[in-house]
Amino acid sequence: MTTQAQSTTERAGADAPLLEVRDLTVEFQGEDGPVPAVRGVSYALTPGEVLGIVGESGSGKSVSSLAVMGLLPATARVTGSVRLRGRDLLGLSDRELARIRGRKIAMIFQDPLSALTPVYSIGDQIAETVMIHQGASKADAFTRAVELLDAVGIPNAAQRAKAYPHEFSGGMRQRVMIAMSIANDPDVLIADEPTTALDVTIQAQVLELLDTAREITNAATIMITHDLGVVAGIADRILVMYAGKAVESGRVEPVYADPRMPYTIGLLGSVPRLDRPGQPLTPIEGSPPNVARLPKGCPFVARCPVRISLCETVEPDLEPTAGGGRWAACHRSEEIELGRIHGAPVFPLPEIATLREELPREQRTAVLQVDNLAKRYAITKGAVLRRKIGTITAVDGISFDIREGEALGLVGESGCGKTTTIMQILELTPPEQGSVVVLGQDVGSLNSQQRKQLRRDVQVVFQDPMASLDPRLPVGDLIDEPLRSFGVPADKRRARVRELLSLVGLSPEHANRYPADFSGGQRQRIGIARALALEPKLLVLDEPVSALDVSIQAGVLNLLEDLKVRLGLSYLFVAHDLSVVRHIADRVAVMYLGRLVEVGAAGHVFERPTHPYTQALLSAVPIPDPVAERQRTRILVHGDLPSPANLPSGCRFRSRCPLFAELPSDQQQLCIDVDPQLESRGGDLASACHWARERQVLPGA
Amino acid sequence: MSLPADPLLIADDVSMSDLPGEVPEGPDVVVRGRRQLVLRRLRRNRAAMAALVVLLLLFVSAFLGPTVYKAITGWDYEGQDFTSFLSPPSATHWFGTTQIGGDVFAQTMRGLQKSLLIGLLVALISTGLAAVVGSVAGYFGGWVDRALMWIVDLLLVIPSFLIIAIMMRNVKDAGWIVLVLLIALFGWMITARIIRGMTLSLREREFVLAARYSGVSSAGIIFRHLIPNMSSLLIIDATIAVATAIIAESGLSYFGFGVKPPDVSLGTLIADGTQSAFTFPWLFMFSGGLLVLTTLAVSVFGDGLRDALDPSSKRAGGGR
Repeated sequence: MTTQAQSTTERAGADAPLLEVRDLTVEFQGEDGPVPAVRGVSYALTPGEVLGIVGESGSGKSVSSLAVMGLLPATARVTGSVRLRGRDLLGLSDRELARIRGRKIAMIFQDPLSALTPVYSIGDQIAETVMIHQGASKADAFTRAVELLDAVGIPNAAQRAKAYPHEFSGGMRQRVMIAMSIANDPDVLIADEPTTALDVTIQAQVLELLDTAREITNAATIMITHDLGVVAGIADRILVMYAGKAVESGRVEPVYADPRMPYTIGLLGSVPRLDRPGQPLTPIEGSPPNVARLPKGCPFVARCPVRISLCETVEPDLEPTAGGGRWAACHRSEEIELGRIHGAPVFPLPEIATLREELPREQRTAVLQVDNLAKRYAITKGAVLRRKIGTITAVDGISFDIREGEALGLVGESGCGKTTTIMQILELTPPEQGSVVVLGQDVGSLNSQQRKQLRRDVQVVFQDPMASLDPRLPVGDLIDEPLRSFGVPADKRRARVRELLSLVGLSPEHANRYPADFSGGQRQRIGIARALALEPKLLVLDEPVSALDVSIQAGVLNLLEDLKVRLGLSYLFVAHDLSVVRHIADRVAVMYLGRLVEVGAAGHVFERPTHPYTQALLSAVPIPDPVAERQRTRILVHGDLPSPANLPSGCRFRSRCPLFAELPSDQQQLCIDVDPQLESRGGDLASACHWARERQVLPGA
Repeated sequence: MSLPADPLLIADDVSMSDLPGEVPEGPDVVVRGRRQLVLRRLRRNRAAMAALVVLLLLFVSAFLGPTVYKAITGWDYEGQDFTSFLSPPSATHWFGTTQIGGDVFAQTMRGLQKSLLIGLLVALISTGLAAVVGSVAGYFGGWVDRALMWIVDLLLVIPSFLIIAIMMRNVKDAGWIVLVLLIALFGWMITARIIRGMTLSLREREFVLAARYSGVSSAGIIFRHLIPNMSSLLIIDATIAVATAIIAESGLSYFGFGVKPPDVSLGTLIADGTQSAFTFPWLFMFSGGLLVLTTLAVSVFGDGLRDALDPSSKRAGGGR
C-alpha cells in the first residue's frame, strides 16, 4: 500500500484542482423530446478532499457521477467539461477512458453483489484490475489482491481471496469493492450510496474504512448519498442537488448550521434526529418535478413555502451568498438566515395532534402481549429422504407487551428476527412456543372464524408501498378490500373510502386511480388508509418509511404520529433506522439474534442505554450535524452477525461485543458460559447483559 | 443505484416524479370499482369496440343469416342445386356453389355458427380451467399442487386425438358440445403450468400477504389478485386458443370425428376447399376469410381488454 501512496501525494500545485467539473449537463432521449437529467453542475476537488453530493432519488446525483466516469450509455448527451489534472475527459474515446477508469478514477457502487462478477473469485477480480492497469504478473497481482483485502479488514485474506462474491456478507462485499477501487491508488474515488444497503453497524465500519482508504490513497472522494448524517460525518464540502441542478453548496459546517436555500432547510428539517427527539419534522409538501416537464421558474417553486412571484418566472442561478465561500440558488438566499426568513421559520411547523390525557401505563389495557415466543426453522438436506441437519433459530423466546395508545419500536439489524416476529403475530395462529395474546384473546385458542374477526383489530402497513399494493386494482378497491371481506355493504364502503383518503391526506378523487399513478409517499398513505379501514386497535408497521425519500418520509411520520393520538392507536413499529424509532416510539425493544437484549421507555433506552449492543447501535447512527457528529466517538461492533444456525455459547453478542473485548478474562468466562437474561436496570428498563452499565452515547441527550 | 446499463432505466429514475398538482374535484366524487373502471377504459378503446362490433355482426349473420337467406334465395346448407355445379358467386348463390351443387353461403354461415361457438367456448373453458388450476396449484402448494400437477402431466401424455376419436363415436346427437368440452379438456395443461409458475412468484409479493392479513379468503386472493395480475398472458392464450380450437375441430372432422356431414363447420369447409383454392377460389375464400376475420376480431378485442386491465398501459390512457 505505502509504496505507491507517495506517487499521488505530489501535488500539482496547491491551488490547481485535481478534478474540475464545469457546467456538466446530461440529457437523455425521452419519448417526448430530451429529458435533462443534469442541468449544469460544477465543482472542483483537491486531493484528499471529500465532497458530499446530496439529493433525493431522481435529482441527478448518480447520473452526474456516471457522466464523470464516462459510464453513461451512448444515447446520453453529455456537455460541459470534466478535467482531471487539466485533461478533459469528456472528449476521450472509450478505450482511452478505460485506461483512466479504475486507475485514476475508481467507483464504489451501492450494490456490491451486482457490481462483482459472480463466477470469479474476488481475489482474481481484484488481481484483474491490478494486471490491467499496472501490468503486473498474475502471481504478483494476486499477492497484491491479498494485501488489499487484508488492508480493508477481511480476516484470513489469503484464504478468503479464493472465495466467490456470494460467500461474503453485504458489508464484506462492500469492503471488497473498496479494496478493488483503491487497488490502483486512484486520484478520485466516487462512492455512490456505498452504505445504503447496509445495516447501521456495518455502515459505521464501511464509513470508517472509506476514511482510511482516503487517507491511504489521498484521493479526492465524491460521496453520493441521500443520508445527511453520513455527509455530516465524512464530507468537507456539500453539494445539494435538486431536479438536476446544484441548489446549494459550500463547506459542510456552515451549510448545516445556516442553510440558505429552502430545499436544504426542508431536507434538514425533515430528518428525524436521534439527538433531538421532541423536535417536530417539517415535511416538504409535494414531490419533485418531472425533469422532462420542468416549470419555467425555479424547479422548487411548487414546494417552496416562501416563494415570491419572481420565483415563478426566473430560475435562480447558483450564486455566492452568506458572505462568500457559499453558493445558493435562491432569489431570497440573502433574506434567509438560520432557517428563518424575517424571523419566521421557512417551513412552518406542521399541526400534529398532541398527546391526550392518558392513564399511567400500568392502568391501560394491553393490546398485545407476547410471551416467550419462539420460531425455529429446520435445515433439511436430501430430496427424497429429508433429514434434519440443524435448526435456525429466528426468534428465541421473546416477551413484550404493548398497551393502548402506545408505540413500541422493535429495532435491530437485518436478520435479527424482527420480521419473523411480526409475521408470527400477524398470522394469528398458535406459535410453536410461547403465546401471543391480542386484546385479551389468546391466538392459540381461536377457531378460524374468531381468527378472522380478530384480524379487524390487527392490521399491517408494509415496507415497500410498490409491492404491497396490487398494481391491478384501483385505489378505491384496494382500500375497501378489508371492508369487503367483512361484508360491509357497498354504499358504506364507498363513504368510508372517501373518509379514509381524506384522513391520510389524499383527495377522494384519487380512489379511481391505480397505484402506479402515485409517488412513493402517497402510496404509503394508501397503504395506511387501507390498514385503518377496519378501525384496528393495533397497527403493525414494518419499516413503513425506509423505502421513502427523507422529505417524503417526514410527512408519513407526521401522519402516523397524528393518527396515533387522534385514533388512539397502538403501534408495533419495526425499523432498522433508530432515528425514526426515536421520533415515533414510546417504548423500544432492541433485538439481537432472536432475543431482546434491551427493553424500556424510549427516552431511557436512547439516553442511558445499558446494553453494549444498544450502545453500539446508537453510536453508529450518524447525526446530521457536522460539529456534533465529528466529536462523537464510535463504539464499533466487530464483524458480521453470526449465523443463526450456529450461535455462540453463552451470551450471543459476545463474538462482536465491544465490552467483552475489554473485560478481563475471568469476567469474560461468565459471558462465555452463561446466557444473560433480561434483568431490570431500574425503572422501566431491562437489559440482558452480565456487565450492563449505563453509557451516554448521544451528544446533548 | 448500481451501474445502469439500460438508458431507459436511467430515464425512469430521472423522471420518477408524477402527479402534477391537480385540483380535487370536491367531496362528491364517485368511487368506482375496478369493474367500472376497466369497462370505461375498454369503451374508450376504439379498436376494441370495433372488434366487438365485428364479432357481434358475425354472430348475428351466422345465426340469422341462413333464415334470411333461405327466405330470399330459397337455399339452405343441405339443399343441392342440380342446375349449377361449381358456379361462381351470383345473385342466386351469393358465394357460389360446390361440386355437387351445395350453396356455399348457406354452408359457410352454418359452419360459422359451429365454429364461433366452438372457438369461443373452447377458449373460454380451456383458459379458464388453466387459470384456476394453475393458480390454485401455485397458491396452495403442497399436496394440492402435487395432485393437480399430476393430472396435468397425465393429460399431457395421453394421446388426446385417440380419446376424442373414441369418445366422439359414442355420442350421436348434440355432439358439438361434447366436442367443445373434449377439445378444451386437452388444451389447457401447458398454460396451467405457466400460470402455476407465475403464481409461485406472485404469491410471494407483499400485496398477497396484505390481502391475507386483512381477512381476504384464499378464493378472494386467487380471483381478485392473482388471476388479474396474469391477465395479459391469459388473454393472449385465449386469443390463440380460439384459432387453434377452430383448426383442431377441422382436423377431427376431416377424420370424421368432429362435425359429421351433412353438417358443416368452417374447419370442414376450409379443409374441403383448400385443394381448389386457386381454381375455384369461392370454395375456400369465404370460409377462410371468415376464420381470419373471427380470430382477428378476437385478438384485437383481447388486446383492448388487456390494455384496459393493465393500469400501466399508456394506450388505454387514464386520460392523462
